[in-house]
Amino acid sequence: MTDILITGVLLGATYALMAMGLTLQYGVARIMNLANGEMLVAGAFGAFWFFSGHKLSPYLAMGVVVPAAFLLNWLIYRLLLAPLVRRAKNRGQLEVDSILATFGMSFVMVGLFLTLFGGNFFSYSYLAVPVQIFGSAFGLNRVVAFGAAVLICGGLYALLSASRLGMAIRAVAVDPAAAALVAIDVPRVSAFSFALGGAVTAAAGVVLSSFLTLDASIGVMFTMKALIIVIMGGVGEVRGAVLAALILGLAETAVATLIDPGLTLAAAYALFIAVLLLRPQGLLGRRVS
Amino acid sequence: MSISRREGWTLVLCALAFVALAGLPKLGNAYLLTLGMSVAMYTVLATSWALFSGPTHYISLATGAFYGLGAYVVASGIEIWPYPLLVAVAGLGGVLLALAVGVATLRLSGVYFVIFTLGLAEFVRQIVTWVQNNFSGSRGLYVLTSLQDRHIYWQLLALAALVLLVGWAVRRSRLGFALRIIGDDELVAAHSGINAPRAKLLLFMVSGGMAALTGAVMAPRFTYIEPAMAFSPELSFQVVIMALLGGVHRLWGPLIGVVPFTLLWELISAKFPTQTVLLLGLCFLLIVYVIPHGIVGLLEKGLAWARGRGKAGRHG
Repeated sequence: MTDILITGVLLGATYALMAMGLTLQYGVARIMNLANGEMLVAGAFGAFWFFSGHKLSPYLAMGVVVPAAFLLNWLIYRLLLAPLVRRAKNRGQLEVDSILATFGMSFVMVGLFLTLFGGNFFSYSYLAVPVQIFGSAFGLNRVVAFGAAVLICGGLYALLSASRLGMAIRAVAVDPAAAALVAIDVPRVSAFSFALGGAVTAAAGVVLSSFLTLDASIGVMFTMKALIIVIMGGVGEVRGAVLAALILGLAETAVATLIDPGLTLAAAYALFIAVLLLRPQGLLGRRVS
Repeated sequence: MSISRREGWTLVLCALAFVALAGLPKLGNAYLLTLGMSVAMYTVLATSWALFSGPTHYISLATGAFYGLGAYVVASGIEIWPYPLLVAVAGLGGVLLALAVGVATLRLSGVYFVIFTLGLAEFVRQIVTWVQNNFSGSRGLYVLTSLQDRHIYWQLLALAALVLLVGWAVRRSRLGFALRIIGDDELVAAHSGINAPRAKLLLFMVSGGMAALTGAVMAPRFTYIEPAMAFSPELSFQVVIMALLGGVHRLWGPLIGVVPFTLLWELISAKFPTQTVLLLGLCFLLIVYVIPHGIVGLLEKGLAWARGRGKAGRHG
């Protein structure tokens, strides 16, 4: 029982990091990014490449992978998504267009991964030594991943709640039209949030790759999980997303240990259905009239 | 419900076209027949997809789930019940699954619906696999019937005729009118007394039932069915691309997308089998950025331009 609790919380922290990336992209930049999971896999591939080719620790590789992801996502937003934002007549139109466009991007990325890395599973052995917590053994890599996820999430939270830039981001999240009235450069803040969200997602990929086995086409599973967390927490609610991520981590671990490891997505789905039926605005979300 | 002279002629012409298409197996060319089956199958799926997603702008990625469900119903019951009964049960199963999905998501904004349908095929697949592993012993199922390719082709053709007729009837009905208003502005629809969730739900059930029927009809062709094969997510994406490529604002739009895409896809999967995912993605991007209203939209634009030019020519 404690095993499930601790493994669930350790996993949930990484999920929180991943969901934070999506929250920045959907809550602020208003782009429902279905290529989110592929960005995560790209981060994981980056860490894998540095580790196997250059014997570089994944946490040092982050220093290269995360800025690269930031730049790539900024370019994606500027070149591919900003035209859709300008073209859209209303939010519904933008949602349909961005869903289809990012969907196409996710396929293109999977295709590129397959060409570059092949269709095999990939993993590497990093800090795979047991540590004792409350009398049970856990992989040190999972514990370190937990620490890294907590650090990054904390840093992001501080950025959003205490800095001027963070305030501008929150203002755009609440209402882009009103934010423009108080001299916030909405297109610039949106592009920044999208890029930051992509960078955070890639960081989550690096962290996940240190203890999970991944392959080129697994991205969509992570997209699903991130989406479920964001909706469960309430769109744009950072604290709600963290809470939802922990719940999902616990639920998945419980189902995998007690029933069948093949049912993890089914577990996430059951939670999703419960949220949609009982509390569609999310755990901490406010009801929109 | 009255039928105008023009509509009457269209109906007659369509009926003639279907009779001519039904003669395809007589040519005795196995390759052509396989191609015909693909085109017929995708026509049913893409048209029924557009029936719901066209007017409402709710993008469904669940075609694979309904199709797989239909195929699985036939496969699990083929040794107990007669085939026609199973096909009917499969269709009913699709309608019920659509009802369940719709009740959970269609009251909310379109994003929730897209996300839910994106994972639906995988969700159903995990549950079916789990049930098979724990309660039935074997992973796959054999579907042995005396049906041949040409029988399947005729059934698909009949389904295509059915889905076009249903689409035509819906467009003329109050339900179709209500859906067009919902697609333009849901708030306006609500204020004019339209029960939007109910209208969306009804049409989604029609669409889901059709996809399940298609899966049921195709099941004998598989011979051996496994969850990973039946619930392939790729099918959902191909159907969306075909429908959007053709254009979803006309009943015959998806058909215009299905024919070239099926032929193109045949070529691509033969020549570049490892690059299919990449090319599928590029097709999506091409549609969003270059032809957002599909081939039909392009044709209509071209026609309007030609007419405008003709008028300008006469006046100038």
